[in-house]
Amino acid sequence: MHFESGVGHIGGNLSALDALLVLHHEFLRPHDLFVLSKGHAAGALYVVQWTLGIRSDDELATFHRDDTALPAHPPARAPQTPFASGSLGHGCSLAAGSALGLRLRREPGQVYVLTSDGEWEEGSTWEALIFAAHHRLANLTILIDRNGLQGFGTTASVASLDSLAEKIAGFDVEVRVVDGHDPRAIRTALIAPSERPRVIVLETVKGHGIAFMEDRLEWHYRPLTRELYELALEALEKTP
Amino acid sequence: MREAFRDALLRRAHERTVVLTADVGFDVLEPLAGCLGDRFINAGVAEQNMIGVAAGLAARGFEVWVYGIASFTYARAFEQLRNDLGFLGHAVRVVGNGGGYGYGVMGPTHHALDDYGTLLAIPDFAVYVPAFASDIDALVARAAASAVPCYLRLARAEADEPTAPPFAAWRRLCAGVETSVITIGPLAASYARAFERLAPERRPSLWSVGELPLGTLPPELLAEIAQGRSVLVAEEHVAQGGLAMQVAYACARAGANIARFETAHARHRFDRYGSQAWLRARDGLDAARIVERCVG
Repeated sequence: MHFESGVGHIGGNLSALDALLVLHHEFLRPHDLFVLSKGHAAGALYVVQWTLGIRSDDELATFHRDDTALPAHPPARAPQTPFASGSLGHGCSLAAGSALGLRLRREPGQVYVLTSDGEWEEGSTWEALIFAAHHRLANLTILIDRNGLQGFGTTASVASLDSLAEKIAGFDVEVRVVDGHDPRAIRTALIAPSERPRVIVLETVKGHGIAFMEDRLEWHYRPLTRELYELALEALEKTP
Repeated sequence: MREAFRDALLRRAHERTVVLTADVGFDVLEPLAGCLGDRFINAGVAEQNMIGVAAGLAARGFEVWVYGIASFTYARAFEQLRNDLGFLGHAVRVVGNGGGYGYGVMGPTHHALDDYGTLLAIPDFAVYVPAFASDIDALVARAAASAVPCYLRLARAEADEPTAPPFAAWRRLCAGVETSVITIGPLAASYARAFERLAPERRPSLWSVGELPLGTLPPELLAEIAQGRSVLVAEEHVAQGGLAMQVAYACARAGANIARFETAHARHRFDRYGSQAWLRARDGLDAARIVERCVG
């Protein structure tokens, strides 16, 4: 999909894919809500929605093309994506407001939001964390795709927040750090109940699953050449 | 006007009304807090988050009002207003207190001189600007009924307001000759008082605009323009994106040829500061200067 459209961002899509699959297949119910704050992983989200049968092959084939309903970041006013994200630092506030709305209406439902790790350089993300903690939004789960690489460097080299989990734990929230490519670990973290907002730090690898992409900065933006695409397919076929 | 706003909202509040404030409204909003209980939320000094939270609440079916100092609310949170309200079409009501030079000598960070011009660039954003305290009730009702996000620019009402006709998007506050003055916000009240003191044969006509973007120009105004009158647009807003540009655009689209088009508008200046009255006078927006420009 990314290759055929000549689009980048595949590294951050692959780092988020495992968590998106577990969340959507095992946890999200009709009264729940998912907000993709790291909007550049829209491709992974569209694919996960395809695995659930709510998007067709034909629809996916339009990804990133002219006249598509599937742009590189989630679109506005579309039923499968409640908010148009893509500018980082919006999703946690949108999710917090949604969670508060559910609570005020005394309705069931969990609100999940997936952020990137670079996104925690945005002040508005911390504003939202302060708000969620203060209001004890127990129906809110913030997932962080901690792949350690952002657009133009490692998160450690650009604006180190190490340890991000420890900093977030300074707020009145429940923090867990798990292997973001281990479905069992993700599942265990998502099952664990809490009376406070939950923050799950997913330790991930950018470009996960494709050896030549893994933990490589260039795969934040770089589109695949045909040669590399075929190499990636070959590698995937050999994966048990 | 903020007290009138509070009272209007208190009268209208229902079980889906939510009010968020960016830590302002002390000594004013307390009755709303008492009425709304957990649906009154002090979101703290965090305007970006407040707008995002408001969008989330609106998506869950609440009638959401956010309240803050005008300049902080629209400027700090512009991207949230555009992406999370405008793009998504969530009809959150954004209430900015101290529009224009309302915060006077507090300084330039507190002036909202580019608010409606900025917000009108966002898709489907409506702007309401009361001229009189008595407009607030009607405007709160309009904002409550709005299907699109909107901005209510509250300002300090004139101390000596003339009797105001009921709110309308366009109101002719007085008929006159030679010049048609078009203005927005409480300047209208101050000009109306000054024009009352002029002899009828010297008096300009005075129009007050209360809703943006401008709809169709009223036929009476087009008739005045067709008579060859000058038009003077005065506003407590910078020229770019302001009312004057919208009037000129609307006239051009309507094929109305204005004989002479003049403006008076606010300017970002950083040399000296003063009260709202002083700042208006500095920018030639006070009633005396407008009268002088119209009748010499």
